[in-house]
Amino acid sequence: MSILVTAPIVVPILGAGVALVFRRSLVVQRVIALVAMFAVSGTNIALLVDVDRRGVRASQVGGWPAPFGITLVVDLFSALMLVMASFAILAVLVYAIGQRDVDRASRSFHPVYLVLAAGVSASFLAGDLFYLFVAFEMTLIASYVLITLGGGADQVRTGMTYVVMNLLGSTIFLATIGLVYAATGTVNIADLVDKVAALPDGVALVLGLFLLVAFGVKAAIFPLFSWLPDSYPTALTPITAIFAGLLTKVGVYAIVRTQTFLFAPDGASKLLLVIAALTMVVGVLGAIAQNDMKRILSFHIISQIGYMIMGLALFTVSGLAGAVFFMVHQIPVKTSLFLVGGIVERSTGTAGLDRLEGLVRRMPFVSVLFFLAALSLAGVPPFSGFVAKLALVEAGFDGSQWAIVAVSLVVSLLTLFSMIKIWNGAFWGAARLDGVNVPFRRPTPVPTAAAAALVGLALFVAVAARPLYGLAERAAFGLLDQRAYVAEVLRP
Amino acid sequence: MTVLVMAAVVGVLVAVGIYLVLDRSLTRIVIGFAMLAHGVNLLLLAAGGRSGAPPLLGRGQGPTADPLPQAFALTALVISFALTAFLLTLAFRSWQLTRDDEVQDDPEDRRIAAIGRRRDEANEARRSGEAR
Repeated sequence: MSILVTAPIVVPILGAGVALVFRRSLVVQRVIALVAMFAVSGTNIALLVDVDRRGVRASQVGGWPAPFGITLVVDLFSALMLVMASFAILAVLVYAIGQRDVDRASRSFHPVYLVLAAGVSASFLAGDLFYLFVAFEMTLIASYVLITLGGGADQVRTGMTYVVMNLLGSTIFLATIGLVYAATGTVNIADLVDKVAALPDGVALVLGLFLLVAFGVKAAIFPLFSWLPDSYPTALTPITAIFAGLLTKVGVYAIVRTQTFLFAPDGASKLLLVIAALTMVVGVLGAIAQNDMKRILSFHIISQIGYMIMGLALFTVSGLAGAVFFMVHQIPVKTSLFLVGGIVERSTGTAGLDRLEGLVRRMPFVSVLFFLAALSLAGVPPFSGFVAKLALVEAGFDGSQWAIVAVSLVVSLLTLFSMIKIWNGAFWGAARLDGVNVPFRRPTPVPTAAAAALVGLALFVAVAARPLYGLAERAAFGLLDQRAYVAEVLRP
Repeated sequence: MTVLVMAAVVGVLVAVGIYLVLDRSLTRIVIGFAMLAHGVNLLLLAAGGRSGAPPLLGRGQGPTADPLPQAFALTALVISFALTAFLLTLAFRSWQLTRDDEVQDDPEDRRIAAIGRRRDEANEARRSGEAR
């Protein structure tokens, strides 16, 4: 079974190495990347089924026993994230191959992209804080290369902000690992559960807040979000899409994992509620002020992070289940919205709302895709966002946190408003494209199919909401009651 | 004593690092990150307890030092080395493109700031008109 647990990391890394060897042949690189990601997606589904049936699985790398060696653990929460992440990575890979210009521009694209995939998997599987750091670095270094891919003036300008902010976050994280080790003598998460609980309250609180800041930079929570809307929209479309869909969620995953395992229930619950509300409001207001499709969507990444933090801040099974479900629905929805934005930009040469109009007549299918994904994001019934937000709002009522419920509902309305703004600005209306100064290009089939597959996945999340929510609920239960996790990891 | 010295050195390195990272020029940021990384690596070593003992079992008599923080520091060193190289490349590329390595403003941010400024000016003009 341990083969299955390591496969989501090992397969993409091997693929990256082989793809690097075959630099001369783009076809071979594409085949390798596709095979690797199909294999990883299959493994992840097998992992999810296995974990759901038989409970937490752990693997001790190199045979070193648990608190000393590197531990890979997969529980329901990480298995769910792994499955959604590999689907998103696969769909964006197909999009990138179909769009052609990304991997033609640089033969490093496929290897680096596979390293990114391995890093994301490793972050979800990490069973100790230091390996989590290494996994983050693996993801981030790949993302630094991807965001500056092409090396144009724009990429370099935005890449700088992105790299510097994330480096700062990583440095804080590393310093925190040192502090955690000094305080407890271990970095293994399962081992830490008891040892952090035995720490004096003040020390535990400081460590918890340090970790929150370190992951907060990556998750783009308030007030550490400012790097995101500047840096995401200028990267190439597939890269923006995969960053939007996954990278912030990896940060949220780390926040959820550490805050529930190590610092609940007397953790920073009140603080997290305030952060959640501010993240939602600032994100959505930022989106309303923007006039470019990709920038609007980038600000919405931030406001949606607020919902996940809201579910976490409630520290109840229903709240966490809402947060987990929200993350599951968010990955395909967000990624597909950016892919549609990319298709529009490629066909018309712009994503500026004041220059676009009436796209629904020019590209009806793509418009429908945008419409479905946008309604899912805004949380209109019966789409997946509605189920996720309903779960969160109910959890908020259960915890009598009226303020956060009110904020989340208002932000939901504003999200709908800003989706309608994109719809009216770019898609609806007469088929005039006055502001567009390049000839209109029909959307090509493969990228459209990739976006459609993700929208289909989002719709599937809505259709299969009941079993999926059941899974999320069991995952949340595992987050609040860590005994099974600890027992499996520390099993002699 | 050594703990205090370590703490002081870490503090100074991190302070210098933060000061340099706040600069707009990328070369200074690179140096700042090198300082920060050194500071944090020393912190990792300090987390391992008293210095002076050998990190390997069976070499010399007496207690051995904790090898785990040293392994952390080694890994972190490699990562920070790679990142420094990457940042320097980015600075060089920026210099190639713009003859400068300063972090530029975002154009959309500038646009929105300009809208705000125009609105302020318009309000100012109206208010002075009403006053008259």
